[in-house]
Amino acid sequence: MTMNRRDFVKTTGAVAAVSAFGFPHIARAQGKKVVIVGGGTGGATAARYLKLADESIEVTIVEPNETYYTCYMSNEVISGARKIESIQVGYDAIKALGINVVFDKATAIDPEKKVVKTAGGQELAYDRAIVAPGVSMLYDKIEGYSAEVAEKLPHAWKAGEQTRILRSQLEAMDDGGVVLISAPANPFRCPPGPYERASQIAMYLKENKPKSKVMILDTKQVFSKQGLFTQGWEKLYGYGTENAMIEWLAGPDSAVVAVDADAMTVETSFGDEIEGAVINIIPPQAAGQIALDAGLADDSGWCPVDMKTFESTLHEGIHVIGDACIATKMPKSGYSANSQAKVAAAAVIALLNDKEPGIPAYVNTCYSIIGKDYGISVAAVYRLSEDGSVIDSVEGSGGLTPSDAPDFALKREVQYAYSWYNNIVADSFGT
Amino acid sequence: MAKKSLKLALAGGALALGLSSGAFAAEIASGKMLVDTCAGCHGTNGNSVGPASPSIAGMDPLVFVDMMLAFQSGDTYSTIMGRIARGYTEDEFIEMGEYLKEQPFVPVKQDFDEALVADGEAYHEKFCSNCHEEGGKALADVEDYIILAGQWTPYLQYAMEDFMEERRMLPKKMGRKLEQMIEEQGDKSLDALYAYYASQQDYKQE
Repeated sequence: MTMNRRDFVKTTGAVAAVSAFGFPHIARAQGKKVVIVGGGTGGATAARYLKLADESIEVTIVEPNETYYTCYMSNEVISGARKIESIQVGYDAIKALGINVVFDKATAIDPEKKVVKTAGGQELAYDRAIVAPGVSMLYDKIEGYSAEVAEKLPHAWKAGEQTRILRSQLEAMDDGGVVLISAPANPFRCPPGPYERASQIAMYLKENKPKSKVMILDTKQVFSKQGLFTQGWEKLYGYGTENAMIEWLAGPDSAVVAVDADAMTVETSFGDEIEGAVINIIPPQAAGQIALDAGLADDSGWCPVDMKTFESTLHEGIHVIGDACIATKMPKSGYSANSQAKVAAAAVIALLNDKEPGIPAYVNTCYSIIGKDYGISVAAVYRLSEDGSVIDSVEGSGGLTPSDAPDFALKREVQYAYSWYNNIVADSFGT
Repeated sequence: MAKKSLKLALAGGALALGLSSGAFAAEIASGKMLVDTCAGCHGTNGNSVGPASPSIAGMDPLVFVDMMLAFQSGDTYSTIMGRIARGYTEDEFIEMGEYLKEQPFVPVKQDFDEALVADGEAYHEKFCSNCHEEGGKALADVEDYIILAGQWTPYLQYAMEDFMEERRMLPKKMGRKLEQMIEEQGDKSLDALYAYYASQQDYKQE
């Protein structure tokens, strides 16, 4: 087919020889300044793509931590399938591109003066800002829970020290213990995450502490990739039987409303008190603190944006990407943040040059590893709707791993998950 | 002859055939914007850091478009690529193919069995080189090349499994050569080929 088509093209190709496309005009935003708040997946990707597209732009990332731990694949650290060092990323490769990295905490953004202020007293002027602060934990939505209590009852929903705590608690737990996971209401970071975590913990328990089990307390009735998770749990962890290593208690009655860190119990909205040997509380979430403080969020706690450019609809000149923004219908995932960062970077470059931003394209791809050689995925290709009100998935595209996928395919999906991980980290952080 | 722009060439073909993809050219995102969505799995500008998802940089644009259409239709088996391919039009694939062709393929650094390389080269010359020129390298001005040299081995293994299990359309000639090779040299000949392709790590796509 290839040859035929090419031959055909050779003889008829002159038909449309008038170029409507011309040569790409490479505009330069000489000396323009972009300040990026947050050096996670979204912020790092935006910085790199800005700099790779136009090295004359002065790009600065403000990020409090010198080492970043990716949230994706951190469930494999919790199960012991990988070491925490393998999800650790630094900023040397980003600096080597000529991007400034300020290890400091952004405390305020002045949209009038176009300045980002830091805890260390710096004032960073920008022509455009990109805010990628991830999520903040709404500890106070659960009675008895707080940042301090999270050191004993970890959320592990931001990777790093929290991941280490949960891992070491699982290692220290006696066989026969119950691991409680409290899953939050929508929307939250990484919708399949709590269920992949339950799977990974069950995998660890099955090998090492077979009398133990995982109990998910969930205010939701449905969750991401539910059919595939359920199928995997049935196959690997006896789900639905008397010896189930995973139990899922669902519905508003099962919401965790209070915790008692001394007694190691949680209380559900129904009033049940449940004891756990290890308690993992994933609290409700909102946009990262700086986005809230800078007035970039609406009453929902998340940041409304023009989905073509990710420019805030509340403050001009500031773009919000990743978990913090409202990008209906993209999920809050690492891949979404990476994809949105590229759309935002291209838009920022256009706007700095007084040009109309181009047509955006977005993708999300997300893997979950349920057990050894057992991977599943969901993917979507998105387009902006004509009225700009929604980032809609293209009809007929995307979707889930088929429920009848053969074993070799589930095994391949694990290898693709690892390839996904390596590539998205390299693409975002340049490592 | 001077190489024509693929975009123009295919547009001409499509016009002559009276095809319509339903998308207006003016409403297509740029090749770069579209390819940027691939990078999370296939690497920045299409050079994958692996191990299982292949590099797509520097592909022959028509080979790229045809491959994507085959994923889209299911003619080529995939776990996930088909689901994603169904999100793009042929016109968008053409834009992507043109952009990818401008991104030089960088042979990947990976381990391989050195003891098998010489055999692999001999098998390649005897059974594969009629179609896969220059050791299966990413080429510049030659048409219809498929990148084998410096491609990720797990990807090549998956593709070969799919060919042999009839999950991917096996061209007749390739089927014959493959059969002949395995009959003469046994299954290990495939490992030797993979080693040979993986050993080509230092060339540049000119």
